[in-house]
Amino acid sequence: MIRSTAAEMAAKLVAGEVTSVALTQAHLDRIASVDADVHAFLYVDTEGAIAQAAAIDAKRAKGEKLSPLAGVPLALKDVMAQKGIPTTCGSKILEGWRPPYDSTVVANLKKNDIVILGKTNMDEFAMGSSTENSAYGPTHNPWDLTRIPGGSGGGSSAALAAFEAPLAIGTDTGGSIRQPAAVTGTVGVKPTYGGVSRFGLVAFSSSLDQAGPCARTVLDAALLHEAIAGHDPKDSTSINAPVPQVVVAARAGDVKGMKIGVVKELNGDGYQAGVRARFEESLELLAKAGAEIVEVSAPNFEYALAAYYLIAPSECSSNLARFDAMRYGLRVGDIEGASAESVMNLTREVGFGKEVKRRIILGTYALSSGYYDAYYGSAQKVRTLITQDFTNAFAKADVLVSPTCPTTAFKIGEKANDPLAMYLNDIATIPVNMAGIGGMSLPSGLADEDGLPVGFQIMSPVMKDERMYSVGAALEAALLSKWGAPLLDKAPIMGGAK
Amino acid sequence: MSSLSRDDVAKLAGLARIEMSEEELVALSNEFTVILDAVARVQEVAGADVEATSHPLPLRNVFRADVVVPSLTPEEALSGAPAQEEQRFRVPQILGEE
Repeated sequence: MIRSTAAEMAAKLVAGEVTSVALTQAHLDRIASVDADVHAFLYVDTEGAIAQAAAIDAKRAKGEKLSPLAGVPLALKDVMAQKGIPTTCGSKILEGWRPPYDSTVVANLKKNDIVILGKTNMDEFAMGSSTENSAYGPTHNPWDLTRIPGGSGGGSSAALAAFEAPLAIGTDTGGSIRQPAAVTGTVGVKPTYGGVSRFGLVAFSSSLDQAGPCARTVLDAALLHEAIAGHDPKDSTSINAPVPQVVVAARAGDVKGMKIGVVKELNGDGYQAGVRARFEESLELLAKAGAEIVEVSAPNFEYALAAYYLIAPSECSSNLARFDAMRYGLRVGDIEGASAESVMNLTREVGFGKEVKRRIILGTYALSSGYYDAYYGSAQKVRTLITQDFTNAFAKADVLVSPTCPTTAFKIGEKANDPLAMYLNDIATIPVNMAGIGGMSLPSGLADEDGLPVGFQIMSPVMKDERMYSVGAALEAALLSKWGAPLLDKAPIMGGAK
Repeated sequence: MSSLSRDDVAKLAGLARIEMSEEELVALSNEFTVILDAVARVQEVAGADVEATSHPLPLRNVFRADVVVPSLTPEEALSGAPAQEEQRFRVPQILGEE
């Protein structure tokens, strides 16, 4: 049962073949049996999930009209505030904090009767590409427990790949939904910026952060996308327009006549041979499905990584100033006569991990008087150039594509002491965030040299998210008929073959 | 080549309100030499003729109706407070004695 897609689970719930309580319990059992090895979850809300599931079963029994995913369980990234449930962002500074309110994403999940199983592990405040920066220990990739599950949303991606949940919520600031999806053989979507409310999403870099759906199939991601998206008056950057028709697009999976632009700069040197091979193969399948493949160039993308590592730290140095030990979270050194400043200094020393401190200091520097124009100001100009590159490319193609990441999952610890090598993971995902457009990663197969999953990235223009679902569903169908079974069937079986 | 000395990092850490050990200051100063070289590349293409983008959406003055809606109760707002007194956040001394 736990290996079904979310859409299949929903159909069984509607048909009365299974109850939400039974389905939820099956996933809680699965978590109990494998999560000691995977460590996808920071908190499992056993009672809350079962109570929510029972309430949904009762509504269904009464014949109430329910939403498409009603009764299906989900794993929530620990960066999303959920009322009364511990929300740590993978940081010691928020240990024990229980938000007094729901984020809009959580409110939407509850409104759609999607059962929240618990909170998933992540790099502290979403800063990282491996989930090794969590203050609560790393998450392990179900394909190979010695490897990273991606980051920052490695808990969500690993939960999907280990069949601990059929759906998950991620957030993507520079690739934190797409890169974990790529390295775990799952699907992850970063919607258009402003497509999903940021209210209650603990801010890292406000102009880049975007929540989105994670799943094992493109259709499941689309169903979840529709459940969480839409205008929210509580987020002034939320787009006041109808949600793109992503479910319709995912069901049709039609690419006939679509122009697919291959971004010349997001391939080649630095990309693993197996990653390139799977990418080329996917292009052939899309061409066979009726799409026209064209090449496009985005000459300024090579500066995206540098600009990102100025803009994101700058915004984070400002956003994380709120963790001041005064109103919530950790407080250290509050002894008789201690000043507020010394309490802040000591609390932030103990409460923040290495990468968070590194970025706060870098951002403080980039924004400081005398350096502002050279660093933050220049990075903002690069952002304009990247957006122009996208505009030019989308004049020639309906969607753009590339490998999601240059490599497959690396070993835990391999890049922990080399921040620049770690940052390079996000080279193909960052441009999307800079321009605020949509991006999806779906599995395109395994690399021959290491047998690990490879991700295929699809990028669509602002509020044209349905296009990436059309292409994703078409490619997924073509790959499935080639493989004969979902890619995750090739992953090691954990916790007994069920 | 850009670099940050140990003292530069100490000053930034002070501005960012983070206490740092000598070891951390030296380690960060070494790392920043490499990181700043990498990020300084933005200057290669950031000409005077290029406009800056601070945000992906061209939004201006977003308003909503001024309607009273329920807010957190004092108990809820204080629920995560490290210390509280008389329905207020209790904080360490903010102003000097003099």
